Amino acid sequence: MHDAGKVIIGLAIFVLLITFPIWFTLASGKAGHRPELELPKNETQCVESKEYMKAWHMDLLNDWRDAAVRDGKRMYVAEDGKKYVMSLSLTCLKCHTNKAKFCDECHNYVGVVPYCWDCHVDPKGD
Amino acid sequence: MDESRRNFLKCSTVGVAGLGLAVPVATAIGKALTTETLPGHLSAKRWALVVDIAKCQSPDVQHACVEACHQIHNVPNIEDKHHEVKWIWKQTYTEAFPDQVHEYTEDRLKDAPVLVLCNHCERPPCVRVCPTQATFKRADGIVMMDMHRCIGCRYCIAACPYGARSFNWKDPVPHIKNVHANFPTRCKGVVEKCNLCAERLAQGLAPACVEAANRVAGPDAMVFGDLGQPDSNVARALRTRHTIRRKPSLGTAPHVFYVV
Repeated sequence: MHDAGKVIIGLAIFVLLITFPIWFTLASGKAGHRPELELPKNETQCVESKEYMKAWHMDLLNDWRDAAVRDGKRMYVAEDGKKYVMSLSLTCLKCHTNKAKFCDECHNYVGVVPYCWDCHVDPKGD
Repeated sequence: MDESRRNFLKCSTVGVAGLGLAVPVATAIGKALTTETLPGHLSAKRWALVVDIAKCQSPDVQHACVEACHQIHNVPNIEDKHHEVKWIWKQTYTEAFPDQVHEYTEDRLKDAPVLVLCNHCERPPCVRVCPTQATFKRADGIVMMDMHRCIGCRYCIAACPYGARSFNWKDPVPHIKNVHANFPTRCKGVVEKCNLCAERLAQGLAPACVEAANRVAGPDAMVFGDLGQPDSNVARALRTRHTIRRKPSLGTAPHVFYVV
């Protein structure tokens, strides 16, 4: 093999570059970062179970949207029989008062940009 | 050979049956939604609005109606006519009813300012052209918009013969004086129009313009109700008074009527 030295150096640089996100995060000490959600202080029960909300809240909100806008049904009957007005700004944010420390915390972590807040108003401002 | 074909068919049958089972099981995991209307909501077979041109002519009344509507619906106030957004506004009688004026139309009407808004047509052309069904007609006659679906193609603007639709050429939020938290704003690139206060009807309230007009101009300046009920106030108003519709020859059958 000719130029083995050059090839190996080239490969080493290549590996270094391609693993940049990994070692950069490790070096900056943010590797252990997990989203920390500020949970409502006055309320322990969301409209559905914690597990369900964690996994399906986006689908639930889509269903709420369709029910309210297209069918004119604005009251949600939860699994436990409790009723909630289907409103992102008024119902969800009544308990989750801090959008930045709840919604954004996870959304930023996983890099999703839901367009809810393009139009729906955060009553406390951005 | 026979044996393996037999097996193949058996396996296929079991496989297809399994798929058939898997789909309902998967959908059952995402649970069915139970919803209701809000307590005290207003419903109708066919909503209609009757506007008394004479009673709703003064600047006070018109200002009150426009303000009431635009404030609760977060309609931006943009001076530039090219970017203007409006749900309810005034036009002269001649502009609003071009096929119902002639050169000798009485003075009191000719240049009279008339409040105009979406007509919530029986055969709405905007609904027919909307490629995403963002604009749709509810069973009670309200021509509604699902802003989540609007792609900003503006076909509806071209289709509406009443100019009732506005396009958000730029982000409207900086142009809203006081953002009303109970109602969403819009974003750049969507069309918007009057929704006949669907969100207020859901809570048992009359449309904001009707409330404002009757507060400032006195009762029956605007009459709102169910045309499907023969004894409703709108049905009675239409039976007993001479009313006109905007551009009737187009066949859209507006459900905003005007007492001349």
